[in-house]
Amino acid sequence: MNIFTKAKGFWGTISLVVIFSVVTQFLINGGTLNSFYVNALFSIGINIILAASLHLIIGITGQFSIGHAGFLAVGAYISAIVTMKLGLPFPVAIVAAGVAAALAGLVIGIPTLRLRGDYLAIATLGFGEIVRIVFLNIDYVGGASGMTVTHLTTWPWLIACVVITILVIVNFTNSTHGRACISIRENEIAADAMGINTTLYKVMAFVIGAFFAGVAGALHAHNFYIIQPTNFGFLKSFDILILVVIGGLGSMSGSVIAAISLTIISTFLSNYPEVRMVIYSLVLIVMMLFRPQGLMGTKEITSFLKMGKSAKGGVQHDGKNTVA
Amino acid sequence: MEQFIQQLVNGVSLGSIYALIALGYTMVYGIVKLINFAHGDVFMVGAFIGFYSITILDLGFFPALLISMAACAIFGVLIERIAYKPLRNATRIAALITAIGVSLFIEYGTIYIRGAQPEAYPTGIVPLKSLEIFGVKISGQSILILAVSIFLMIVLQFIVHKTKIGKAMRAVSHDMDAAKLMGINVNNTISATFAIGSALAGAAGVVFGMYYTKIEPLMGIIPGLKAFVAAVLGGIGIIPGAMAGGLLLGVIEALVSAAGGSLWRDAVAFIVLILILIFRPAGLLGKNVREKV
Repeated sequence: MNIFTKAKGFWGTISLVVIFSVVTQFLINGGTLNSFYVNALFSIGINIILAASLHLIIGITGQFSIGHAGFLAVGAYISAIVTMKLGLPFPVAIVAAGVAAALAGLVIGIPTLRLRGDYLAIATLGFGEIVRIVFLNIDYVGGASGMTVTHLTTWPWLIACVVITILVIVNFTNSTHGRACISIRENEIAADAMGINTTLYKVMAFVIGAFFAGVAGALHAHNFYIIQPTNFGFLKSFDILILVVIGGLGSMSGSVIAAISLTIISTFLSNYPEVRMVIYSLVLIVMMLFRPQGLMGTKEITSFLKMGKSAKGGVQHDGKNTVA
Repeated sequence: MEQFIQQLVNGVSLGSIYALIALGYTMVYGIVKLINFAHGDVFMVGAFIGFYSITILDLGFFPALLISMAACAIFGVLIERIAYKPLRNATRIAALITAIGVSLFIEYGTIYIRGAQPEAYPTGIVPLKSLEIFGVKISGQSILILAVSIFLMIVLQFIVHKTKIGKAMRAVSHDMDAAKLMGINVNNTISATFAIGSALAGAAGVVFGMYYTKIEPLMGIIPGLKAFVAAVLGGIGIIPGAMAGGLLLGVIEALVSAAGGSLWRDAVAFIVLILILIFRPAGLLGKNVREKV
């Protein structure tokens, strides 16, 4: 918990965020921002939460999971059931979505996290597909035609969720538990030999990541009016993965920057979906060939601004490939 | 009972398609330890090349099959040389992400070039009669698929076990560094592996088109993933394992559809995958290898 030692920077950042969100709220209410920009802003917020949560699993703990859309789907559907079928308020839905996704993460994490590398990747991908097919086959949530949801995601809720997600994940990364997770990323066998309960920390990171993906699912469902199983296929998982990989495996600020910039790019390319995917895939290949550690590596933006002493969530030296 | 056997036959035909694709996965994994996500898309490209050679060049089934296999072999080598070769010493995650990138690039590149609309495969280019044995009707397509797959698998076994390049492939997959020291050209051997695997995927694409009569640019994703499941099921890196796994998966899927769960069919493959990864990660025919530090 470095909040107190870095209190100045912390409160400065928080007040900047508050000023930014209040100004944006006025712009939205006043109609200065048209609906196109408002939608883009909301997508950016949701993508930041998704990128941050996957960053914890892949970037910090080094567990290559490509089924993140599965947790997003669980969160979206559970929150939609809570508000639409049970008639409970939106905050309850957000928490329920997070808890349900975390439970799903626990159930899938305990058996599969014993696997390593590509086997884990394939198992999580399989999990994502199973979730999608399960929702496709449940008539209670509309099957293939999906479920209509009222628009409840508002700007204050979105900003609050983004800030809480980033705070929790950054503080987790800088805590004892986070250090343990980083040691697993650097070398699992060595971490095990140093007495770290690797399974516990892997599952912990997985569950926290799943929780925030579920929260993002709740915001997603109540922002886009309709949720369908096809929205949560593995292309969605790849979309989230691209954010983390391009931002830099192990860099929180990198993931956030990638989430913001890629969402803006894809909003402007939304009329040409295949061009967008061709560009995405080319960027992915070129990035892996020439800069496999991503834009930021494991560095944080603060280490460029000389605000923090060392890079959060990373080692001091920016090694060639730290995520194995 | 007749229905059961009917479903079993369908399952074996479907399974032999999975087996053809799974062979490519398993050979590539065995030699460079890479899950070649783009393999399912090579399968798709093969189906389209077969389609265009039948409709535009007006060829018969077998010439189209050969053209598709040859073109896919070249395509597979190109992918390997451009995208995977520079990453041979990189981390496995970097290689895996590249493979995902290549896969997306082929899919959406195809959509960009020719649009996303599906095509109907021409039927009736091979005069097929259905066969009736003990009251069980076996369609001509099933027999054709089975014949083509079994023939290609025998050819593959011959290549791997009786030829020089096959010996080199087995040596490289056993120990790449030792093979290099023995004077084996590792780069050419890896390229040959990609060529053979991709040719099999191309053949599977044409056969798949004949069987399902509909092809589209994103058709490679699901069969590709299921073929990977089949490869893991049989023990990844083991060639007979891929064949057995493919056939077994096809039969399981057909039986689940027959039991009334056709909507759950896609989920079954992934449940099988997770179960096999948990209980027997080395696969049905694999041996457990202890991890060395």
